[in-house]
Amino acid sequence: MSAPLLTIADVAVELPTPRGSLRAVDHVDLSLEAGRTLGIVGESGCGKTMLSRAVLQLLPKRAKLTGRVMFDGQDLAQLAPERLRRLRGRDLAVVFQDPMTSLNPVLTIGTQLMETIQEHLELDAPEARKRSIELLAAVGIPAPDQRLAQYPHQCSGGMRQRIAIAIALSCEPKLLIADEPTTALDVTIQAQILDLLAREQRRRHMAMILITHDLGVVAGRADEVAVMYAGRVVERAPTQALFKRMHMPYTEALLAAIPKLDAAPHTPLPAISGRPPDPTRPLRGCSFAPRCRYAASDCHHAKPALTSAEIPGHLYACFHPIQMTERVGA
Amino acid sequence: MMQPAVRAEPLLNVDNLVVEYGLGNKTVHAVSGVSLQVARGETLGLVGESGCGKSTLGRAVLQLRRAKSGRVLFDGEDLTAMEGEALRKMRRRVQLIFQDPIASLNPRRRIGDIVSEPLIIAGVKDAAERKRRVHEVLSAVGLDPDLVAGRLPHEFSGGQCQRICIARSLVLNPEFIVCDEPVSALDVSIRAQILNLLEEMKARFGLTLLFIAHDLAVVKAVSDRVAVMYLGRLCEVGPSERLFARPAHPYTALLLQAIPVPDPDIRPAESVANGEPPSPIAPPSGCRFRTRCPRADQQCSAEIPELREVAPGQFAACHHPLA
Amino acid sequence: MATLELSIRDEVTAAPSRRKRKLGLLFWIASGWLVIILTLAILAPVLPLQNPVDMDMLERRAAFSSEHWLGTDGLGRDELARLIFGARASLTVGLIAPMIGLTIGGAFGLLAGYFRGRFETLVVGSMDVLLAFPPLIFALAVTAYLGQSIPNLTLILGVLGIPAFMRVARAATLTLARREFVIAAEALGASHARILLRELLPNVILPLLAFFLLGVAVTIVVEGALSFLGLGVPPPMASWGSMIGEGRDSLDVAPRLAFLPAAGLFLTVLAFNLVGDTLRALTDPRQGAL
Repeated sequence: MSAPLLTIADVAVELPTPRGSLRAVDHVDLSLEAGRTLGIVGESGCGKTMLSRAVLQLLPKRAKLTGRVMFDGQDLAQLAPERLRRLRGRDLAVVFQDPMTSLNPVLTIGTQLMETIQEHLELDAPEARKRSIELLAAVGIPAPDQRLAQYPHQCSGGMRQRIAIAIALSCEPKLLIADEPTTALDVTIQAQILDLLAREQRRRHMAMILITHDLGVVAGRADEVAVMYAGRVVERAPTQALFKRMHMPYTEALLAAIPKLDAAPHTPLPAISGRPPDPTRPLRGCSFAPRCRYAASDCHHAKPALTSAEIPGHLYACFHPIQMTERVGA
Repeated sequence: MMQPAVRAEPLLNVDNLVVEYGLGNKTVHAVSGVSLQVARGETLGLVGESGCGKSTLGRAVLQLRRAKSGRVLFDGEDLTAMEGEALRKMRRRVQLIFQDPIASLNPRRRIGDIVSEPLIIAGVKDAAERKRRVHEVLSAVGLDPDLVAGRLPHEFSGGQCQRICIARSLVLNPEFIVCDEPVSALDVSIRAQILNLLEEMKARFGLTLLFIAHDLAVVKAVSDRVAVMYLGRLCEVGPSERLFARPAHPYTALLLQAIPVPDPDIRPAESVANGEPPSPIAPPSGCRFRTRCPRADQQCSAEIPELREVAPGQFAACHHPLA
Repeated sequence: MATLELSIRDEVTAAPSRRKRKLGLLFWIASGWLVIILTLAILAPVLPLQNPVDMDMLERRAAFSSEHWLGTDGLGRDELARLIFGARASLTVGLIAPMIGLTIGGAFGLLAGYFRGRFETLVVGSMDVLLAFPPLIFALAVTAYLGQSIPNLTLILGVLGIPAFMRVARAATLTLARREFVIAAEALGASHARILLRELLPNVILPLLAFFLLGVAVTIVVEGALSFLGLGVPPPMASWGSMIGEGRDSLDVAPRLAFLPAAGLFLTVLAFNLVGDTLRALTDPRQGAL
């Protein structure tokens, strides 16, 4: 096994709020090798976006980060701002949820694309233009040379996300962070964008972190999945293993709560009762315990650590893991 | 065109409804001649991608957007012909639940006032009676009235706000509720709670629902019949089970294929969907789906396909329906 | 029943009860100052003050003494009395004029933002005309025609404030009218009046009130400027602006005659601005709720 491209070691992020310190990310360890995809799944407020911001070193000003983010042999948290800036956009690229806000509305697509290319790759204008056209064609945009002169608002949501991906890919990044890249898009467009990401990733041997709230999105696209809840990784496993045998009740409940296409109409859904805990009031025990149907008294008193299951690489944080022989849901 | 699936007189009968509105100097063809029926006690799911006109259709049913032509018959009465007081009275029987639960509650009013507002508008003078009704519906949606009534909306999460919205829509004992993407703004675990709640309320209060959503699985979970819309027109209508098992319209099939399945063994199919929906400002001639359809031919650009029965109760508007 | 297992009781009580918002020391000092000035101005006629227009030519520009706490002005009038009566004039104009703007401008803005269409075009258009008219010429014309008095001055400043209030109200209404809760009210069969008064007004009034306080500050300054130019409060009545104007003649001998009213003006305007800003920041009910 080669050395991982990205290692997140004991990373915690705290945000000061008027109500007290909010623990957005609670001591997370993750690693990712070149050319592989890590899916991070969780509901809103579980810390998945903050974790990705910690990797990018783009946390809000007052946020406190502890732990190490090793990328390509260097600790990003210790890097000088200038070196970091050069790294972002070049080796480390990101695609956000809303392409309308991540693209600058007053600049043409060509300007935005060529600016990134010229800044990081030191190409002259005609070369940068040629490369821009190639990139737009690669992300499936028809008539790319005409698109260069257009503004973001002249494109549809799907087109804008393709353009954002083109900008992210422009400098051949080693790691692409896709933060809910398809949440704002329609389902048929979502499928196209996910295909595009997968195709480009294979072609460029790029590592990818795919952040989503939809287990369905990671199931077919990620090599490994980390499920986050209340700032912690509560289960982590190779995708196949996770869906075959999930040990953490939260993962099971999350999967069960998704309406299934093959279920009969009017089948009551096994809903998770209650809602996630208030992150400014840390719980003593397992953060899922108040909503968990398997919770026993020990769950309320101590935090379960991530422990290994029988399959290598499968970790879960639960005192009473589910021992399934059959997959749930399907 | 009556559909044999609806035997009794439908509670809602939308007849050849056309809704257009201006955008600058252009016209958006949001709904172009849609006919559908919802029988009493039934849930009709309405799916389609953004911009297909499903929300406009929902609002046109409630006369929040006036139709250019066509009729909306509710319990035999034409809502499009109603004005003023008559319309206001009728609206009490038809309610609406929105996608963004937080935005649909006035941030400056207390929950108790928000939920009793429909009663005040309807002219319930007795304050004790109003309070009793508010307590009843708040408990029905799983909230403790004593704790909740005095608070402001921002003190609640999205899921709780949606419960409050549902309570508000129930307080007048309506017969029909248009649910416009009621769960798309909610997290997966909360979504299931609200879907279950809607089902429960439907049974308890004897409601008829028009359930609008873009998520096919969500729609299937609650609907008896499903209508698929694309760019202002209906593509396909049919019983949920049948429609999902054997879609007749290529667009329905495409939608079904595009849903990511939470199962790593099912490899996601390479996206067959080419391109994106055209603009509703200048929709294609003939069949509006033809620009993205793998089966499109000459006939599709020349002739607008009519809804035709392809199986018992299942109708598709396609010249070349899937077998 | 699946949904009722939701432990709403725990959740809601666990949510912080309505916290007191920290307003800061500065806000309280500013409010305190305003309370003092307002009390003095209101109670001026019953306070044991000397007559602010009684001249004492023997004691012109007298220094601070037990008889005249803040001395006398160039015509031997008691400075303290003039300052307090001046505050009365300045605040009368400063508070009533924006009220005219608030009521008329606010109402037009609310209606324009809600009904849109031709009515909105008409309102916005006429406001633009009003804005384009040079305010000083307008003031001159009105005082020349109707005479120089505090009601006339208030009217002029009030009318001039209408467009700004209209804009604030319209902008707030425009964003709110598209919100679902307004459509929800409409779907419930609420009348236009009810939607305007119950749904929109409570949400529009707070930004308007915050703007009102800023308007007060601006009006006091403008009144001062007009009085300084001799277009404001007619002599021998005192207002802070006219006092600064009169103190101008004796800047080298007794600078306090200009500086005392200037300080009063400065502190009061600052206080109104501070309170207005703080209230505006609190306009969003969800602020701090995260």
